[in-house]
Amino acid sequence: MFAAENGLKGDPRLEAISAAIRVVPDFPKKGIMFQDITTLLLDHKAFKHTIDIFVDRYKDMQISVVAGVEARGFMFGPSIALAIGAKFIPLRKPGKLPGKVISESYELEYGHDRLEMHIGAVEPRERVIIIDDLVATGGTLSAAINLLESQEAEVVECACVIGLPEVKGQHKLKGKPLYLLVEPSGLDEFC
Amino acid sequence: MQTMISNRLCLAPPLPHRRALSPRLCFSGGLRLHLATPSFVFFESRCVVKVEAVARASSRDCEMATDNGQDPRIAKISSSIRVIPDFPKPGIMFQDITTLLLDTEAFKDTINMFVERYEGKDISVVAGVEARGFIFGPPIALAIGAKFVPMRKPKKLPGKVISEEYSLEYGTDKIEMHVGAVEPGERAIIIDDLIATGGTLAAAIRLLERVGVKIVECACVIELPELKGKDKLGETPLFVLVSSA
Repeated sequence: MFAAENGLKGDPRLEAISAAIRVVPDFPKKGIMFQDITTLLLDHKAFKHTIDIFVDRYKDMQISVVAGVEARGFMFGPSIALAIGAKFIPLRKPGKLPGKVISESYELEYGHDRLEMHIGAVEPRERVIIIDDLVATGGTLSAAINLLESQEAEVVECACVIGLPEVKGQHKLKGKPLYLLVEPSGLDEFC
Repeated sequence: MQTMISNRLCLAPPLPHRRALSPRLCFSGGLRLHLATPSFVFFESRCVVKVEAVARASSRDCEMATDNGQDPRIAKISSSIRVIPDFPKPGIMFQDITTLLLDTEAFKDTINMFVERYEGKDISVVAGVEARGFIFGPPIALAIGAKFVPMRKPKKLPGKVISEEYSLEYGTDKIEMHVGAVEPGERAIIIDDLIATGGTLAAAIRLLERVGVKIVECACVIELPELKGKDKLGETPLFVLVSSA
């Protein structure tokens, strides 16, 4: 669900966050309007608003784990984890995590990729949120949910800064709720 | 010690008096370690509070300090880092910071130590090297009021980028930054989890210097001193929390 539908309607912070996101056309290939959050990270106030909104939502939900998807999930997850007193677990591309890992494959437009997590990072029945910058088809988040549930953790919610039109109206991903701050920006919205 | 509470959060008890930093935390530059300005710390009960730190240390005192003067947080940070032998290849003892991230106190302390060092120093840019620099950099940037600038592997950043090549054991790699992310005259720190040979950090320094940024310091959680990465950084000082021989 979008934050504006869930208690933050008219919150000026959402507008500031949306305005700070840059759209880059035809990246990584023609026809894709890439939602670039690096400009959000350059805007200290808007970046702080982003983290504050997630922290306000999760701080009283007994969340003990924030899992972040490589690499842009790493830019948001740790700050949230620190503020709510949770562990941060990186979910990584294959071959990056040392030691024992479990991995889950997911579909790309053409082909497959894998996501890995350390064995023992999360304990059974721990309450987890999964963070990424953006959700499009939900393939990566689904793989992340599978990884965590395979270790008997409880995924409470997935949270992203941006939700693409494919997910609008679909509040749940594999039965898990999805919390989103903003819809994609259009080209002419970026100042 | 004054405790000021940020405008959105709960009351928290005052934090303990901070002790002087240990010698290994000193660096080769001339920056004075004043902790007189308020620091943002991430408090365990989900609050962000501003506290007025009371410990002061000069770089000279740090070099002279004994082990008794070591900041008590260092031992916990150091012990939370896991070593994995033979990763990514035989003979390498991999310093795994993911276990530090699982230890909420140690992770909080790590960030606090960097924040205490850099806030109030007019640093407007925290540049973090992909990917583990993305874990430590943003919380520091948020706490000190700076921008976060990711420095990425090739072709990850959309739009206009500048890039800098650096040597690997076999071959070369590149690191990229967005054009326009930083402006000439800005003061920056560069963050990564670990410095080994210093190749990546040296490339990051060159990239930022090319666009007129002043790099105040490079900051890493871990240094592998035998690899003498510090020597590659030129005039730029290096600050590390843990030295792993």
